[in-house]
Amino acid sequence: MTKRPRVSRTKTQEDTEAESGFKPGDSVALFVTCLVDLFRPSVGFAAAKLIEGRGGEVIVPQAQTCCGQPAFNSGDRDTARDIAKQVIAAFERYDHVVVPSGSCGGMISKHYSELLADDPQWAPRADALAAKTHELVSFLFDVTGMTECGETFEGSVTYHDSCSGLRELGVKRQPRRLLESAGVNIVEMKDSEVCCGFGGTFCVKYPDISNTMVGKKTANIAATGAGTLLAGDLGCLMNMAGKLRREGVDIEVRHVAEILAGMTDEPPIAGSHENHEGDL
Amino acid sequence: MQITSPSFKDNARQAMADADLQRALGNVEKGFINKRAKAVAKLPEFEDLRDSARDIKNHTLAHLDLYLEHYEKKVTEAGGKVHWAADAEEARKIILDICKSVDAKRITKGKSMISEEIALNAALEASGHEVSETDLGEYIIQLRGEHPSHIIAPAIHVNKDQVEADFRRVHDKLPPERNLEAPESLLAEARGILREKFLSADVGITGANFLVAETGSSIIVTNEGNGDLTQILPRVHIVTASLEKIVPTLEDVSQILRVLARSATGQEFSVYTTLSTGPKRAEDPDGPEEYHVVLLDNGRSSMIGTEFQDMLRCIRCGACMNHCPVYHSIGGHAYGWVYPGPMGSVLTPSLIGVDKGGQLPNASTFCGRCESVCPMRIPLPKMMRHWREREFERHLSPATTRWGLSAWAYAAKRPKLYKMITRLGAMALNLASRNKGALRWWPLAGGWTKYRDLPAPQGKTFQQMWAEQKKAARS
Ligand code: SF4
Repeated sequence: MTKRPRVSRTKTQEDTEAESGFKPGDSVALFVTCLVDLFRPSVGFAAAKLIEGRGGEVIVPQAQTCCGQPAFNSGDRDTARDIAKQVIAAFERYDHVVVPSGSCGGMISKHYSELLADDPQWAPRADALAAKTHELVSFLFDVTGMTECGETFEGSVTYHDSCSGLRELGVKRQPRRLLESAGVNIVEMKDSEVCCGFGGTFCVKYPDISNTMVGKKTANIAATGAGTLLAGDLGCLMNMAGKLRREGVDIEVRHVAEILAGMTDEPPIAGSHENHEGDL
Repeated sequence: MQITSPSFKDNARQAMADADLQRALGNVEKGFINKRAKAVAKLPEFEDLRDSARDIKNHTLAHLDLYLEHYEKKVTEAGGKVHWAADAEEARKIILDICKSVDAKRITKGKSMISEEIALNAALEASGHEVSETDLGEYIIQLRGEHPSHIIAPAIHVNKDQVEADFRRVHDKLPPERNLEAPESLLAEARGILREKFLSADVGITGANFLVAETGSSIIVTNEGNGDLTQILPRVHIVTASLEKIVPTLEDVSQILRVLARSATGQEFSVYTTLSTGPKRAEDPDGPEEYHVVLLDNGRSSMIGTEFQDMLRCIRCGACMNHCPVYHSIGGHAYGWVYPGPMGSVLTPSLIGVDKGGQLPNASTFCGRCESVCPMRIPLPKMMRHWREREFERHLSPATTRWGLSAWAYAAKRPKLYKMITRLGAMALNLASRNKGALRWWPLAGGWTKYRDLPAPQGKTFQQMWAEQKKAARS
């Protein structure tokens, strides 16, 4: 059995450019996701600010709606395929595609190719889009080489690792490294890598099981004593925030991009906040 | 065994309301997850071994007929007999006929999921045989008249106090004042009872973790040694196995064994790894006079060449259920048939039909933790999704789901219309929340708001605000 040598050294600017091909001035298309579009535009603005901070030129293609996961995961492959083609056509002309969600990012970069594998016209286009599509924090850290976020945030934070980001895209250390650069004290919860019970349509199709899962999650969150809960996926965040609110647990819930971009003026998804009058 | 998979949701609700069960499920975590993680961390080549285990099985499945034929030849050469069973009924009949032919009264059994799948115990008892499970967990659930709730820890749902009560109820010849406080005393009592069963059995029935084509051997992996006594002491040994248990060579088996125990219990190796090849030879000090293998198909061969073929790599280690947050919430019985957890959610619809087992592959968040630990690298979420596709094609998914999905799809494929709808939606939700930041109820979102608040939108949609900003910047 051969062992792979482990080489570790600090990335230089050239290394990053060579690996990823990102250069300031590149066009970066933001796939904002349907949940951010509808529920929390501030995450989209935070993402845009962060990308611009790295020198990317942010474009929001107008033809975007959803990545197609609801259809794909409900077994409706034809609809999922149609939506995949729509996204490919709208996004393929840009240098990079960035998604503030591991689950939608994974859909585009892992599953479109699988969906269109038998289509000689679309398969290469799906592969090409997959290669330049990234989850937001991984884009900032892995692709643009960002190591400092330049903001400061006081207080302790606990971080939930959303499943697709973690297992499909390997998002784990990137948000932690960037948060630490902002002086954030991260208190790890028990089972941060265990699913929160959201699962897209799962949480409404199997509400009782989903509730048991999110109940364990909120207990683990509360046990950390952290003042803020962060994650990189709005679906999971809304699920955990909704449960914490129902339980009357006062913890601020935010998307990680809001902290990294220093955009904490907006009221959080849940939890009391000095600007959030009339809440609770 | 009665199939209750169609009432999965009710089963799950009952399971979540069962305090004893919930307490027992806590042990899965302590017992399995941490131990596996430690064992894996100690073996640097573990990930490479997973690759080679997967490759071995893929190769075998690509040449399944060849290896099965060779296996049968080798078993026959060793003096044993292979019986081919197309389905559960045929398998039961073959086994009953063998038992009858040797005038069997008492039968001992090692742990076997195939025996559960073909509901063997009920059939044997109905024809007058005395059947004793000899794996401690299986013995406990036999006393309780239950079925396994986990493929390697069949009685994981039972706690110690319940076992003590069962032993006092069934072992009624023993002094009632005996002390069964310590778990070891329960073990010792079961041992004493089982020893007598081992010595008086006419037929021993075991499962098989592997069948080796090269040698015609069957291999069982156990921690209690009960399997050895089951297969060596009686006059007749019957192996029950499904046909995908075949592996080409002993070398191949030894590769897969290195990932099996680590994935299952976090042991480097199980306590016993026992090979049996044919009946007792002239020079052997002991062993059975007859050796039979009942090879069960029961729908597996029809998985070959389909998108479900990868499932046949499964070595039944249980890691997928040990790491499944849905299994942790509801336990194994809620799945309603023999195989629980993620592997059951893929296998059950294959074996009993998607019309009966269709709930199972739907009850997953696709969190992917199962696939990340499966030693055979089986893409479990992907295959559950394939079942959803089959359901969708056959119009088996609920009408409300289909209707909602097609309305949503209509809009999602028309970005302009979609923008209009989301603008209105954001406004309506925001108004309804009356600046409280969240809603406690919303039409069609009952599944959500039953247990959680629905965070309210910030007001306008991102697209709307982005367009406004761009416009303002231009003017
Ligand atoms: S599917 Fe994989 S993890 Fe689950 S029992 Fe089979 S081999 Fe083990």
